[in-house]
Amino acid sequence: MASKKIIKLLSLFLIISSLSSKIYAAEECFEKASRSIFKFNMFLDDVIIEPIAKGYNKLPKPIKLGTGNFTSNISTLLSIPTSLLQGNFNQFAHSTGSVLVNSTVGIFGFLNPAEKMGFKSSKEDFGQTLGSYGLGEGCYFVLPILGPTTVRDSIGLVVDSYLDPFAHITIREKELFNISGNNLDYYSVKGATAVDFRSDNIINFDSLEKNSLDLYSSFKSFYLQDRSNKIKNSSDDQDDWGNLEN
Amino acid sequence: MKRLKVFLTFIFLIINNPLFAYSSDPKEFVQELVTDAIEKLSDKNLTNEEKAKFVEKVAIENVDINALGLYTLGELRKSSNESDLIKYQTAFEKYFLKSLTSRLTDYSASRFEVVDSEKKSASYTIVKSIVNPEDSGPNIKIDWRIYTKNPEKPLIRDLIVEGLSLARTQKEEFSSILSSNNNDIKILTKKLEEFVKG
Repeated sequence: MASKKIIKLLSLFLIISSLSSKIYAAEECFEKASRSIFKFNMFLDDVIIEPIAKGYNKLPKPIKLGTGNFTSNISTLLSIPTSLLQGNFNQFAHSTGSVLVNSTVGIFGFLNPAEKMGFKSSKEDFGQTLGSYGLGEGCYFVLPILGPTTVRDSIGLVVDSYLDPFAHITIREKELFNISGNNLDYYSVKGATAVDFRSDNIINFDSLEKNSLDLYSSFKSFYLQDRSNKIKNSSDDQDDWGNLEN
Repeated sequence: MKRLKVFLTFIFLIINNPLFAYSSDPKEFVQELVTDAIEKLSDKNLTNEEKAKFVEKVAIENVDINALGLYTLGELRKSSNESDLIKYQTAFEKYFLKSLTSRLTDYSASRFEVVDSEKKSASYTIVKSIVNPEDSGPNIKIDWRIYTKNPEKPLIRDLIVEGLSLARTQKEEFSSILSSNNNDIKILTKKLEEFVKG
């Protein structure tokens, strides 16, 4: 069983490797379909996510902060195995320390004492891990509900569901340190993460919608820049202004 | 007494002079400019028209709109003819000023602080700042790409919000419009004009 999974994973690696040499970041896998899915996602955002996020923003600050800390602590769990896979032991130590401190002293992650103690939690996933190995992103497309992605990141998403300790105890219904959960726990936390993110970006989204000539391309650009920064673990500005002198 | 009067008049004129320039030091330049902008845009005594005029004036004097227009056009700037380029640049400036006024108004209820600056080359300095939204949302990191070829007159070329370059996003947005329209600069110009009218 395990060997089958490894063979599947290796096959995927080969597919991406072959794609990465031919396809560049800006290339689309199937633009027309992606644009339709993007429209559908924006509709869902308008009728479901945004109204919930606006309501969430009206909650008292400590509740919002606690929810943000809780979902962030759970997201950091995935950084533990992925940091190890990247060979980034410093990041591994910070993520592990952050989760341990916040899950105990921080009352199941609702508080964030780890930050005050100097632990820097980062959000790493398997897509970034593949990127850190030098694998190109492949072509770009949009997934229903989940949003923008690339060939590399979508494969990373599948692998994440096996690597993530939280997914392991919820959607895989396994036990870890005598803790277990179910599908509902997993999707509730992911939903809360999405609402928390959206509530922090109400103005940014509104401003972008008002001022974009092609909103789809703006989201694509932001997504690709963000992923590139996360892989480099840096947001250092890259100079592509060339010789535009005055 | 007379000297004091002259001095006070001088100070009054400097403060109220619309042509009063911001500092030439990139860090101070950004701090002064944004503080001024937030103050004006949150002033309830000013009409929206007055605010828009203020933003336009400040942007024309302090943003390298010409270079930004060419940068966002990508490689097409090299192959387009002069007449098309002039029409594009005119439409781009109007589009930029309209969207900038809208964006700045969205963020005017925020606190702003310049935290650091880094000289990248003789032509560029990155000024790092933090915006703290009034609605108690998380702090936003904004880096300002300042063009310093003329050290006496720094110009803003890009805003990098949480590591995401707005100029690059604009460039990629225009590139998408161009590639789905046979790289026709006239169509892009028309879309910019429609945005300004809309």
